[in-house]
Amino acid sequence: MVTFLGINLFGLSGQLLVGLINGSFYALLSLGLAIIFGLLKIINFAQGALYMVGAFIAWMALQYMGINYWAALIIVPLLVGVIGVLMERYLLRPIANEDHLYSLLLTFGIALILQGAFTHGFGSSGLSYAIPAELKGGTKLPFMYLPNYRAWIIVASITVCFGTWWMIEKTKLGAYLRAGTENPQMMQAFGINVPLIVTLTFGFGVALAGLAGVMAAPVYAVSPEMGSNMLIVVFAIVVIGGMGSIGGAILTGLGMGVVEGLTKYFYPEASTTIIFLVMVVVLLLKPAGLFGKEA
Amino acid sequence: MKINKLYLGLLGFALIAPTILYPVFLMKVLCFALFACAFNLLLGFVGLLSFGHAVFLGTGGYVTGYLMMNTGITPELGILCGTAAAALLGAFYGKLSVKREGIYFAMVTLALAQLMFFVYLQAPFTGGEDGMQGVPRGELFGLIDLSDNMAMYYFVLAVFVFGFWLIHRTIHSPFGQVLKAIRENEPRAVSLGYNVNDYKWVAFIISSALAGLAGSTKTLVFQLASLTDVHWHMSGEVVLMTLVGGMGTILGPLVGAGVVVGIQNYLSGGELGNYLHIIMGAIFVICVLAFRSGIVGEINKVIKRNFSS
Repeated sequence: MVTFLGINLFGLSGQLLVGLINGSFYALLSLGLAIIFGLLKIINFAQGALYMVGAFIAWMALQYMGINYWAALIIVPLLVGVIGVLMERYLLRPIANEDHLYSLLLTFGIALILQGAFTHGFGSSGLSYAIPAELKGGTKLPFMYLPNYRAWIIVASITVCFGTWWMIEKTKLGAYLRAGTENPQMMQAFGINVPLIVTLTFGFGVALAGLAGVMAAPVYAVSPEMGSNMLIVVFAIVVIGGMGSIGGAILTGLGMGVVEGLTKYFYPEASTTIIFLVMVVVLLLKPAGLFGKEA
Repeated sequence: MKINKLYLGLLGFALIAPTILYPVFLMKVLCFALFACAFNLLLGFVGLLSFGHAVFLGTGGYVTGYLMMNTGITPELGILCGTAAAALLGAFYGKLSVKREGIYFAMVTLALAQLMFFVYLQAPFTGGEDGMQGVPRGELFGLIDLSDNMAMYYFVLAVFVFGFWLIHRTIHSPFGQVLKAIRENEPRAVSLGYNVNDYKWVAFIISSALAGLAGSTKTLVFQLASLTDVHWHMSGEVVLMTLVGGMGTILGPLVGAGVVVGIQNYLSGGELGNYLHIIMGAIFVICVLAFRSGIVGEINKVIKRNFSS
């Protein structure tokens, strides 16, 4: 047993790893929320439900059609993205000029429908999804055992997050997106199809949740409840980070995963509440959030 | 004066209702109606969407349940303590959440409620997943035995009328006018010298106290306090009741609670019970897309008279 200052390094690094994995999912989900919020000024309450739907589509694709994990990584985000596009086009757009409160309630209703439908269809106990053969096994490090699949999640989600960040900050498409966030009327006046950009942005933000769902399927049990529990934590993370910056959303997501992992090691009783407690402290000290821009 | 006649008519109906309808159903409606009225004070009259109001309902319920089971105090004191506990929690949560606006307010209240959900899940005194069962109803003032459903019904009615009156008074007071001003145009209210956050905070405390009162009363009615009352589903339900009935109208939450509880009771008995959440979600979507004023709001439009003023 390797110990340092009385701390069991095996246990600690194991919990840190779990924390980083949770953090990867928090980062993907809060990134999606932040992108959608930037243009539409709404919070998508269905983000968690769509993450759950992503996991279920991956499970069904494997179970009924034999579509493997790697294909699902491409197909599922596309399908979930299409659901998002339809949601935006036919449900959210008609009420875009009303109080944003209504959009929020609408997405909450959609979340209830999706969760209810999957509970009805599959029951509330979890289904398991096998880890793809290529990523089975693990690597033995000096102080811990690192399962390959878990390493993959962390690398893949960080790549996707920072790829998205780069796209938004450094490319022309990203410039449109940022301009749309600043002043949609002006952008429309320049002849850019703003409604199309809004639809695609919503689709993309939601697709990120679908992607997270596929990646989560082999580590967590695929269950109708998986999204709602996750989403409330992600809300707290969004409040902690503030929605001012894309990079902030990613960093806060990963960071809070690590904080949660550390708590699981040092004081397991508080592991479910720690992120909410951090939120309370942040609200007391810096109400706008760590990366928040508004007063 | 016409509105007073309407209220008197409703009260008259409520007094004879248990001879026509099942008293436990009516008590459930009244408890949820009080909960929804309390919620609507924030949403409809200050424009604050609290997505974690179940935490106050549940806190009131747990505190009352615990005291009734373990100390043998009379029900009115039990309810008072439950209400006070909810108000205290509301004072703390309100102080935190009014720092943020709009969508953030909704997320903060939801996250804070989830914090308490996990606390109640782990705390030994709540009974965890099983909840507190067999809470005694006790004897009101040590005189009236509440285990009789009729006695209980009139007590619940009295509690509801008190809560409803308090909200009515709040809305029509100068304080309530400032709240409406904040809802309509917050920067202007600030520029007129009102300390907006303090007004929101006090409204939050009143609302959470009344939600706690509803929860305490509900625990006595069903003799049960459980995690269901603290779950975010419950927070969603109260939003739905208010939306269906008509947010920002005084009678809306009462009507909405009646409709939603009625639908739930009807569905849970039949084979459609499995579809309950889907149907609730669908009602949400339909209300938002086509029916934003709610039942009372639409009636107001038709008869061109505003019950809320």
